[in-house]
Amino acid sequence: MPEFTASPFVGRTFGVTIEQLSKSYGDLPVLKDVSLEVKPGEIFVIMGPSGSGKTVLLKQVAGLEIPTRGRVLIGEHDASDSATRGRVHLAMVFQAGALFNSMTTYDNLALYLREHRLCNEAGIRERVMRGLQILSLEKAAHKFPSELSGGMRKRVAIARALVMEPQLLLYDEPTSELDPVMSATISEIIATMREQTAVTSIVVSHDRDLALSIADRLAIIMDGRIRAVGKPREFQNPSDPAIANFFNPVIDLKNPRFKQLENDNG
Amino acid sequence: MKQFTNILVGVGDTVLLAVRAARFSGTLPRQFPRFVEQCYVIGYTTLPIVTILCSFIGSVLALQSGYSMENFGAKQYIGSLVGLAMVRELGPVMVAILVTGRVGSAITAELASMKVYQEVDALVTMNIPPERILVLPRLTAVLFMMPVLAIIADLCGWFGGALVCQMTSSIAIGPEQYFATLTEFMRPRDLFDGLCKAEVFGFVIVLVCCQTGLATRGGPREIGASVTRAVVVSLILILVLDFFVTKALLLI
Repeated sequence: MPEFTASPFVGRTFGVTIEQLSKSYGDLPVLKDVSLEVKPGEIFVIMGPSGSGKTVLLKQVAGLEIPTRGRVLIGEHDASDSATRGRVHLAMVFQAGALFNSMTTYDNLALYLREHRLCNEAGIRERVMRGLQILSLEKAAHKFPSELSGGMRKRVAIARALVMEPQLLLYDEPTSELDPVMSATISEIIATMREQTAVTSIVVSHDRDLALSIADRLAIIMDGRIRAVGKPREFQNPSDPAIANFFNPVIDLKNPRFKQLENDNG
Repeated sequence: MKQFTNILVGVGDTVLLAVRAARFSGTLPRQFPRFVEQCYVIGYTTLPIVTILCSFIGSVLALQSGYSMENFGAKQYIGSLVGLAMVRELGPVMVAILVTGRVGSAITAELASMKVYQEVDALVTMNIPPERILVLPRLTAVLFMMPVLAIIADLCGWFGGALVCQMTSSIAIGPEQYFATLTEFMRPRDLFDGLCKAEVFGFVIVLVCCQTGLATRGGPREIGASVTRAVVVSLILILVLDFFVTKALLLI
């Protein structure tokens, strides 16, 4: 069991290589032969419709599930190997927050620092309060997750990841359920984190503004396959109709999509 | 065949969980607050129901044996019968059943909901093994509290029996005679055997309940299913192990 003594920042940053990754649940294939390269220190946004396998991809990177085929490398370490978590400091912001319901917000943020004995109580207090401050959560410090609103829970989850000062940060839908101003704040935080700390960030989102404004590169995943990878400006006027439709869905009341589907099936 | 493999996989996972948890035993000193908290939950909060239930078990044992032993004039040995039965068998088994119902089900429900709501995943990504902070404190706490609960159960049973023997006119054995025969046939070994059984039961219950909780997949409905499974498996294991542990202890 490795114990971290210094701030995990000291050291290097890691890229992520996904090699021909496939994942099936039973007979249901979710990811089909996905290959991606995320460079060290990059903000990489993965976009795609609901149910296209974004979250599943993130789980493989976090090493929470073992791929059916292919592999994920963080630096040179295999993500599904539990020893990797001792070598790479990884944090994940879960879609639903995944806060510890039996602990207050403060203890949620402090748990990582306490368990790994990174600093004394005063140092923990300082780091936790700074994390809460960044996401304007000071008032929620001594509340339990069940007393918080959905958006606040999400912010606590982000604060918890920031306090860990990771080398690789995985965000699963960081801006869903947030109001536009808070969404913009989160986007700014993700971008600032990278400037201050050389962290590699992988963001799964369908927030178009976030993707186009802060991503170094982005990938579109549809139906378990990578549809396109590129810099944000390459997606300003996409030629692929499916991607164009995803980025700028037209609300057409005369010919709604659900009716188109009915006609197709009929 | 599928079910048989599932059982084997379950047994394997449970043993593995125990081994993994044991590997973190070096972290116990700094987990002392968690250990105390679990002792409180497992021991203290189970105490009232243990005292009530075991007093009545002892009473009814005295009542029934008084009724049946009267026929062949062995009534004066009720004390030793109740005493030994409580210490060797009923105390540990009753405590184990109560711990399953009160503590085991709660452990499974808590860990299963942590698993379903991804709290366990969050711990894993934080490089805090769930075995270390969720399983280990509970296992050590139950090992610490089971003997305490079993001894209290034994005492409650004895006194329940004594009370009934004195108050029931058809038995009418005073406390002096009751406790005289009780102590006459009781050896330290009997108490040791009973406590051994309690330890084995407690360990197995908490281990099975932790494993079932952490193996939960899916949504809220699966939490309920896990709790049911954990309680049923624990109860079966208590009674099966009861036989084999007793047999083994008699051979030593």
